[in-house]
Amino acid sequence: MTETLKTFSPDLKALKPYGSALDDGKIQLSFTLPIPNNAIAIAAAKLLAEKMGMISVQVAHAVDLGGFTFFVVYGSTVHKVDITSISVPEITMKKISRDEFDAEIKKRLGRRLVVIGACIGDDAHTVGIDAIMNKKGYAGHYGLESYHMIDVMNLGAQVSAETLIEKVREYRPDAVLASQVVTERDFHRENLSELSELLEAAGLRDSVVAICGGPRITHELALELGFDAGFGPGSYAEDVASFIFQKMMERGRL
Amino acid sequence: MIKLDLDRNKIDKARSCAKSIASKVQEMIIRHSTHSVERAVLRLMGLDGVDDKGVPLPNILVGHLSDRLDNGIALLAASAMIQKGLTIEELAQKVSEGSLDLRNEKINDPEVASKLAVDLARKGFELIEQQRNNRENAIVKLGQSPQPWLYVIVATGNIYADVIQADMVVRQGADVVAVIRSTGQSLLDFVPHGPTTEGFGGTFATRANFAIMREALDKAGEREGRYIRQVNYASGLCMPEIAVLGAMERLDMMLNDCLYGILFRDINPIRTFVDQHFSRMINAFAGIIINTGEDNYLTTADAVEKGHTVLASDFINEAFAGLSGLSPWQMGLGHAFEINPDISDSLSLEIAMAALVRKCFPDAPIKYMPPTKHMTGDIFFGYVLNTMFNLVGTLTDQGIQLLGMLTEASHTPFVSDRYLSLKNARYVFNAARSLGSQIQFDSEGLVSRRATEVLNEAVEELSQIEKEGLLAAIARGAFADIKRSTAGGKGANGVILKGPNYFNPAYPILAERIDAAITEVNKS
Repeated sequence: MTETLKTFSPDLKALKPYGSALDDGKIQLSFTLPIPNNAIAIAAAKLLAEKMGMISVQVAHAVDLGGFTFFVVYGSTVHKVDITSISVPEITMKKISRDEFDAEIKKRLGRRLVVIGACIGDDAHTVGIDAIMNKKGYAGHYGLESYHMIDVMNLGAQVSAETLIEKVREYRPDAVLASQVVTERDFHRENLSELSELLEAAGLRDSVVAICGGPRITHELALELGFDAGFGPGSYAEDVASFIFQKMMERGRL
Repeated sequence: MIKLDLDRNKIDKARSCAKSIASKVQEMIIRHSTHSVERAVLRLMGLDGVDDKGVPLPNILVGHLSDRLDNGIALLAASAMIQKGLTIEELAQKVSEGSLDLRNEKINDPEVASKLAVDLARKGFELIEQQRNNRENAIVKLGQSPQPWLYVIVATGNIYADVIQADMVVRQGADVVAVIRSTGQSLLDFVPHGPTTEGFGGTFATRANFAIMREALDKAGEREGRYIRQVNYASGLCMPEIAVLGAMERLDMMLNDCLYGILFRDINPIRTFVDQHFSRMINAFAGIIINTGEDNYLTTADAVEKGHTVLASDFINEAFAGLSGLSPWQMGLGHAFEINPDISDSLSLEIAMAALVRKCFPDAPIKYMPPTKHMTGDIFFGYVLNTMFNLVGTLTDQGIQLLGMLTEASHTPFVSDRYLSLKNARYVFNAARSLGSQIQFDSEGLVSRRATEVLNEAVEELSQIEKEGLLAAIARGAFADIKRSTAGGKGANGVILKGPNYFNPAYPILAERIDAAITEVNKS
């Protein structure tokens, strides 16, 4: 009995991947080397995997892509992690429904909340910001536009940080949402820091809840760049609305 | 081809509504020109290059004469060339330097000037004609793959790196290579110049980049023994110019939609309608296949609920394409595999839509777009979804299959992602090659019922749009749930109301081939 239990209890101070048995450390990996497929390429792939901390490396598949070689590699990692020492900033909030949100805002604020959002920089991918802001929302989760107590202004694609700041100055929103989908060469970091610096410089930072979102955005990154929150994949309008509500409560604005 | 019974009358009705919708807009279109049309005219007349500050010379001349464009730029430019004894390039350079001011210049002899303008434009069209012949000869010599053609995108930002990746995908079986543009380009009101090595999520569309990729694809096609098509984007604020440059460098396909810029880039509706018309006449002349962008509707709207708007828009795109002289074989009308995979019988619904679009446009190479909306970081499931997409593509005889990438939701594809998608498609196309032709759908079954339902809804939608007018429909949010007003949007200040003596040297040349241009020639 104790033996069985032990088999299924991972050591949280020395956690390893689980392939088909505890602590086997199994990893599957695929990558391409920009050289033709031959014995040297396969040896190179194996060596690379070993340098990544894998042992018992098996190059399961190597195929020529036309001068380059694509590999599927298996092995066991020698590394382990102590997860008791990890701390990750996570958004902690109480999720509230659209009806609750509308009722609370009506009661506490007595006016509609103003939210401005945009895809900033050169980014033209509005899928994310539309999913959060537009009435229709995404996957059955209605967007902020469907809230009675929110006035939504979705500025759409390719809005410069300067333009967004002008709009903030003009409309004095309660929250600003910035979306970044394209992350090539870290443009998202650059654009978002620019926006957060400009908000600060314009003396507008404290008057808004600043939120960013996108497939590669984490809450941790958002905090680092000077935002109040960052929403990644799987976030919906109600998450954003709940966060805005909570942050405004914290700041004594509601 | 797959057997699916549809009500012929409904298809005819949809088509006639769309024709009536487009012809009303066409009356507005032919009364206007735009800055980008006039710049395209200058390019046809041989103007190319940039000034010492990097500004394209067509922009210099059109910008300089922006108050005098109501009768077109061609006569002004040709007349000044004659009077100053300059080439068109020298003329633009001198204007750029400030040593020449044409704003009050008179046209002394319009007849001589118009003759020069037409002669120059004819040289531009001769180059396009020659490229069309080169394409046709290369296809005869090398052959081409059967449809659906395998279409993949490269997008490194660096044209020289694109060439390496393009060569690789041709080795792996690709038939069509699209060089996706830098994200900012659709809203630039000029065409960048020269080879480029930096871009944002894509590579700038420039004439030099077109030529570099053309040479690489010709070489790869020779080696592999099949003609390889190059695609770019005649969309955004520079549709006509990109069409001209693409035609001169033998692009084979152009993303060239009549509504996309309005809806998804917030470009002024009149600007877009006028630009799409001129650019499509160029594409018609050049033998280029256009691709339309209906797939984009389904990234915002639901694919089941709004499937009919895709079909309705295909009919509208077809009608406008016809008014620009494009033949059905040049109309890569778009749709997409975007139904939520969690819903029951989603595969039947996808087959219904794909077969319906195929049946409505039997002579068009339908452009089928892969799943994007329901792709997640779960690349393994994404690969399964792409397999289903490929199966539907081959079952329903789509013309152009834009291959899905398993890492769609994550990042710009790795070279290995393209390899895997090509392997997937080649396997499925080969495995199910004749399956579609053996299938007869039960007329009471789900596939038939769904196809009929979408067709009926599309007819209703088109009847409604016919009543209210296309511009009003766009303003109400008929497509993609996006509302755009006729006066709003980017590039509105580049719209020109034609004067009584408007002259465009491209019209008489286009009119020799394209019925659509004759109307304009008679008008001017």
